[in-house]
Amino acid sequence: MTFEYAPAPESTSIVNISDEYGLFINGKFVAPKNGKTFTTINPATEAVLAKIAYAEAADVDKAVAAARVAYVKVWSKISPQERGKYLFRIARIMQERSREFAVLESLDNGKPIRESRDVDVPLAANHFFYHAGWADKLKFAGVGDNPKPLGVAGQIIPWNFPLLMLAWKVAPALAAGNTVVLKPAETTPLTALLFAQVCQQAGLPAGVVNIITGDGKTGSLLVNHPDINKIAFTGSTAVGKGIARAVAGSKKSVTLELGGKAANIVFEDAPIDETIEGIVNGIFFNQGHVCCAGSRLLVQENIHEEILEKLKHRMSQIRVGDPLDKNTDLGAINSASQLARIKSLSDAGDEEGAQRWSPECALPSKGFWFPPTIFTGVTQAHRIAREEIFGPVLSVITFRTPQEAIEKANNTPYGLSAGIWTDKGSRILWTAKHLKAGVIWANTFNKFDPASPFGGYKESGWGREGGRHGLSAYLKGGN
Amino acid sequence: MEWVSDEVKVILFFKVSIYTLDMQLIDGSPQSIKSYLATLSPVDQVGAEARASMLATRSIKTTSKAWAIDCAISMIDLTTLEGSDTDGKVKAICNKAVRPDPTDPTVPHVGAICVYNDMVEVARKHLDSIGGKDIPVAAVSTGFPSGRASREVKKQDTLDALNAGATEIDMVIDRGAFLSGNLEKVFSEIVYIKELCGDRAHLKVILETGELVTLDNVRKASFLAMAAGADFIKTSTGKISPAATPPVVLVMLEAVRDFYAMTGVRIGVKPAGGIRNTKDAIKQLVLVNETAGPEWLTPKLFRIGASALLNDLLMQRMKLRDGHYQGPNYVTLD
Repeated sequence: MTFEYAPAPESTSIVNISDEYGLFINGKFVAPKNGKTFTTINPATEAVLAKIAYAEAADVDKAVAAARVAYVKVWSKISPQERGKYLFRIARIMQERSREFAVLESLDNGKPIRESRDVDVPLAANHFFYHAGWADKLKFAGVGDNPKPLGVAGQIIPWNFPLLMLAWKVAPALAAGNTVVLKPAETTPLTALLFAQVCQQAGLPAGVVNIITGDGKTGSLLVNHPDINKIAFTGSTAVGKGIARAVAGSKKSVTLELGGKAANIVFEDAPIDETIEGIVNGIFFNQGHVCCAGSRLLVQENIHEEILEKLKHRMSQIRVGDPLDKNTDLGAINSASQLARIKSLSDAGDEEGAQRWSPECALPSKGFWFPPTIFTGVTQAHRIAREEIFGPVLSVITFRTPQEAIEKANNTPYGLSAGIWTDKGSRILWTAKHLKAGVIWANTFNKFDPASPFGGYKESGWGREGGRHGLSAYLKGGN
Repeated sequence: MEWVSDEVKVILFFKVSIYTLDMQLIDGSPQSIKSYLATLSPVDQVGAEARASMLATRSIKTTSKAWAIDCAISMIDLTTLEGSDTDGKVKAICNKAVRPDPTDPTVPHVGAICVYNDMVEVARKHLDSIGGKDIPVAAVSTGFPSGRASREVKKQDTLDALNAGATEIDMVIDRGAFLSGNLEKVFSEIVYIKELCGDRAHLKVILETGELVTLDNVRKASFLAMAAGADFIKTSTGKISPAATPPVVLVMLEAVRDFYAMTGVRIGVKPAGGIRNTKDAIKQLVLVNETAGPEWLTPKLFRIGASALLNDLLMQRMKLRDGHYQGPNYVTLD
């Protein structure tokens, strides 16, 4: 007897995708000055979803000017309670339209509907709820009795969690009294544009949120714009370094959430079955397109074989395919260029002598796909142990003692996150104390909450997002 | 060990030599049991609950739903365990077991009938007379549901059921002994009842997980029961709540999967109690499919102890067949 799960696709009838989208500036959708557009596609089918406006210098100027006017005339003037009211309203509308957001996110990004429905969208709404509550309590944010907003924030977000990263950026900025110009990633602009409609629906004053679409050049124009007070960026370390150089010497505040190569450390006394789930969740959640993904599995050598055997068995059950099928576990890679990067780094793993393993799984012929993959026999000297792959590829490394685990875990230019698996409380505390990582999970992985600050050490970034710490990055102390 | 006969000891040794090839030998002594259970990995409750709730999101539709409904019907141990049970009541559920839907012969018969030992004979005779020869009768035993009785009483309880024609014995473990740390008592009692069953009956061991409470205890008790000779491990009596919660069933399914990997022997799992509708039953099948594996999706290795569940499965089956729901009066009420 076999229990085949019949296709259970989520209906797309709830979303209404326009053929063409303008830029959201000063509360309205407007055409870009030069009329240039680009397309966004569904990475699972390569079908074109919509034509998107391409913002150039004149458009960025216009958006920043609208944000400045809204900041000076409206948003910094209205009462904190009023600001909170708008944020609560946005949060409720996001919940009401959650299915629409989830389907659109899966269409544009390629992630499984189970994740967009159960993780991305509820968390995004929660960020607005959480920060709505902060709007009239800012003097408790830890920057003094009379905190002031910074002004106009330029925000650039990645393609891996398009709506969630928007929420992480927009909610604290607005709660603190800033206005924003946000640039979503080139390959995933659609949920940001739906969010623009939500701002309209909520009656948010014009110019408080502006959304401009484009590529890296658009982002660079925003970063270098003289009338921006704060840059918040989430993305690759290479681009983050460029931003740091660009703003050096200016008065702009900067927060950067960059790459990672997290160690997921498994000790011999770990709860094995739950650890296997944690390893799978750590690297295959969102196709591994997660900056804090547990991409290096550090496993104690004496349980290495048992872990590998069980992990392989579990990986063979991962359901790869149509992101809109409610039973899909692993969706499509977001773009052709990301797929090429994953392939090239995996090939480097082969060439450097690591052993690649993937379960047998039929990949669709159209779209961008990569099977869940592990490399064994990996050492610190392999590229796949050092470079961020940003895909469903796990490098398995062994250690003998807790000290060795710490040395290997910290031996990376990154320091965003880490995982610890052990049944022993004292070992959790000891390990966490010695890890150089901004976020450490014990006996779980990839858990997020609006109240919990998130951010990295070393090349993983500057500053924190979420919680009081993230909020304070949008405030300055005043007297 | 004083009350274990030499004969049982021999069998016990024989069994462990089959079951525990790479494990430490269990000779029934406290030390051997302790070292055997020490080889088990701990269970992280938060993680197990998260896994179970993730699997509960599986969307089972159309053809797979139809398959799952028939599969679930064939796995039901149709149960009546009331002080008010009569010959009439038992005969009625036997009829229901053989022909769950009298208007539709394509509905499979259920997995077994489950009754108290004084009703076994009635059930067996009635089943035989209505074309239900291949439906086994299971009897709850060993001082069900509390298990608070002497060894002699438990022995007689089991023998009565066997002599009346039961081919499945659902025994309860001594939870008091388990919780007080007297694991050898729990172990040897299972060995003892297994010996009584011999090749006349399959032994299902009820852990009563609602009284063991922690998932670590569930895992320990599962391995203890399997090493002692259980053919099935069963969650609950149905008299204690919570009963067959998804995290508990998940941990038990992981236990049979791991026991198979160690010994090559497949032990069955029977959730009982609290599974009342089709959705719950399908969630159980998904747990089986993605934990122990599809090999366990057979009444030989997976049963669901239930009574009200059957009618909900029949209603959902009609809905799939006819495209609309029937009222509750279109399924029989036994």
